[in-house]
Amino acid sequence: MPRGAFSAVALTAALSIALTSCSSSSGPATGTGAPAAKGLVVGVTSDPDTLFPWKATQFQAVNVLQNLYGTLTEFDKDLNVVPGLAESWETSEDGKTLTLKLRQGVTFADGSAFDSKDAKHSLDKIMDEATAAVAMASLSSVKSVEAPDPATVVLNLTGPDAALPANLATVNMAMLSSDDTEEKLNSTPNGTGPFTLSKRVPSQSITLARNDKYWGGEKPKAPTIEFRVIPDESSIVSAMQSGNVQLAVFNDPLVAQTAEGGGTITVAKTPQLSYHVLQLNARRGDLKDVNVRLAVQCAIDRKQVLDTAALGEGEVTGPITAPAFKSDPNKRPCPNRDLAKAAEYLGKAGKSGGVTVKAIVSQGEYATSVNEAQNLKAQLAEAKINLELEVLESGAFVDRWVAADFDAAVALNGGRPDPDGSYGRYFTSKGNLNKVAGYSSPELDKLFAEGKATTDQAARKAIYDQVGAHLEENAAWIWLFAGYTYTATTAGVQGFVPMANGSLQYLRTTSTG
Amino acid sequence: MRAVVRNRVVRRVAGTLGTLFGVAVFVFVMLRAIPGDQITAGLGTEAAALTPAQRAALEHYYGLDQPLVTQFFSWLGNMFTGNFGYSARNQQSVLDLTVQSLPVTFELAVLSIVLALLIGVPLGMVSASKAGAPRDAVGQAVSLAGLSIPAFLLATTLLSISAASFGFNPNGQGFATLLEDPLLNLQQMVLPALVLGFGIAAPILRTTRAAVLEVRSHDFVRTARAKGVPERRLQVRHVLGNALVPIVTMTGLQFGYLLGGAVVVEQIFSVPGIGRQVLLGIQQKEYAVVQSTVLVIALAFVLVNLLTDVLYRIIDPRVRAS
Repeated sequence: MPRGAFSAVALTAALSIALTSCSSSSGPATGTGAPAAKGLVVGVTSDPDTLFPWKATQFQAVNVLQNLYGTLTEFDKDLNVVPGLAESWETSEDGKTLTLKLRQGVTFADGSAFDSKDAKHSLDKIMDEATAAVAMASLSSVKSVEAPDPATVVLNLTGPDAALPANLATVNMAMLSSDDTEEKLNSTPNGTGPFTLSKRVPSQSITLARNDKYWGGEKPKAPTIEFRVIPDESSIVSAMQSGNVQLAVFNDPLVAQTAEGGGTITVAKTPQLSYHVLQLNARRGDLKDVNVRLAVQCAIDRKQVLDTAALGEGEVTGPITAPAFKSDPNKRPCPNRDLAKAAEYLGKAGKSGGVTVKAIVSQGEYATSVNEAQNLKAQLAEAKINLELEVLESGAFVDRWVAADFDAAVALNGGRPDPDGSYGRYFTSKGNLNKVAGYSSPELDKLFAEGKATTDQAARKAIYDQVGAHLEENAAWIWLFAGYTYTATTAGVQGFVPMANGSLQYLRTTSTG
Repeated sequence: MRAVVRNRVVRRVAGTLGTLFGVAVFVFVMLRAIPGDQITAGLGTEAAALTPAQRAALEHYYGLDQPLVTQFFSWLGNMFTGNFGYSARNQQSVLDLTVQSLPVTFELAVLSIVLALLIGVPLGMVSASKAGAPRDAVGQAVSLAGLSIPAFLLATTLLSISAASFGFNPNGQGFATLLEDPLLNLQQMVLPALVLGFGIAAPILRTTRAAVLEVRSHDFVRTARAKGVPERRLQVRHVLGNALVPIVTMTGLQFGYLLGGAVVVEQIFSVPGIGRQVLLGIQQKEYAVVQSTVLVIALAFVLVNLLTDVLYRIIDPRVRAS
């Protein structure tokens, strides 16, 4: 080899070694963009697509914003509704008035005081169609909002709404200052949450600083939290192994296994409210016939889908995943795969020769979608049900889903702590997602109305058990399983509580030791 | 003579503008052909819950309620005034975003090309020095590996090994620009430049080998050797010097390609380059971001081609003469 070639290789090697020897990455990061002492760095695959809480649906945006903004009510670690900016609330005897007493001495990040004027302004704006707030439908029972004094907000309702306190707890119901505008908040968030925005480098990082005026009894532990954008989940694992990132949440079981394999990262798995489902559109083609839908239901072994597509990481589930209202999957028709029963249902539908169902599948929206679809197709083929898969890019999938342009859809849907919030919008005839759900019935309308009108927890549980049973007996959709999220932490990280709704609200109790 | 030159320049400029306009139309149409818009990209399946009035309010907010022709010429007209559009997601103008990301990609491209040349040209010459010999086989094997090992595989493997085994992962820190922290910046560029450089070294190696073999068969090489020109000088000055045109062509092409952003490598190593900017723009259906950035990339590609042409004139007197 001539000297030139040796020189080239030597130069490259020398450059690498020189730079490597100057590296400071073996311990906590100290270079530009590095966290302040004892600050927490959270690895995320994307930065928020908006900083305006009323329009945030992206997972990363919600996780950042819930640390910046406060809501009237909150969820605790077990998803019970607890006081937030409202210290207490009371429902009138006829259920048509909800009176909330606001916490005193709360200030926004800009130092201005929070009072009932801000709460009324926020709720009025969320209900205004021109705002295009995503939680508008959650306030459909609210006729008007009054602020009789600075510490009181009164919601006048069209009828009883037991789900309302839970609906007020999402970041899409964040309380904003009446002096702020969407344009201003998009660049300068101004909330009452445990942290304030310190710095944002688009597409790279967003850093929050502890809000020393936060109203909570316990002040946030970490002085700063940096959400550092590392687009590839495997690269986040590498960043944790080298000590640059201390906490991350993964959805892909394979990535979680990789992270755990190194021995320096602890991974905790948390069952999720979100559920994997084969949505059926009971208003199209052969699926109009309940017997065809039941045949699909009986032809599927859910455990097999879970094992093959998600490494067995999850639990077979019925419709309702919220812990307080959980459905029992063993009570559904055909809790175990029963091909004879499936054939019987197809016979009743006059389709003994088989049927074809076209299903849309998203590629890239979540890790297991295509594997689930392929397993479902294989299982259904044995029952003479041809599941024709249409694998779509996530944008195309959303387009078709939003337009309800499908016979069936393999989907991962978000669940909520209150079953009315989860399913009222899908399966009531006037629900804003009923077109997508493809199924409603007078019985369901009645049950959901009763569920909203009842505040007694045991009575509500019984009602939503009936809702679950009705949905499964009519095979409105085929509920498959609920997965886990995986919270990965490095040594020294303490106090973080993962939640079933995927919330990172307990970053405020997290310290880096 | 002057008129001929002027004519050439005018034709070249007109051709460039025509190309850029074609790119602008193509990108504009393709983006609208992709299902979904900024509303569904932002809200996901929650977009199904929008009332018609809410949807109309959002379409107005994003400017989607304008006719397509108005959208196109409004964007193109604004480009001429230096207004590249606005990214609602980043709360920054596209110009500002591009000013931040283009130098990052440019730096990565330069480092990758330098590494590729350092690997590809010497190995190509070594291969060509005795075609069919074991050294040639080694060169061909390196080139085959460069062409066939996917960048994502090499990148992920390098990153995992360096982080897990050596605790070396500067890319896990926040990105530092060359001006902010040159040392950290170079550390963060080493691995991505190696991955890209290795991939690009392969075609450069093959081109060098073929060009050198071709030049070595010419009479002037035999004459020079007969006249006693030292072998090293003969190989570098006479052979490599005359083989440079195809190598420069290949290098220019690869450099232009790199300026378009090496999306996968930028993603894996968290390098905030122009490729990532386009990818995020496409994911979020931020039309202005994608359209303007792609036009900037196209312009950069055209400029690199122009520079390559100029280089031909410098390194080859025959081009100058023609």
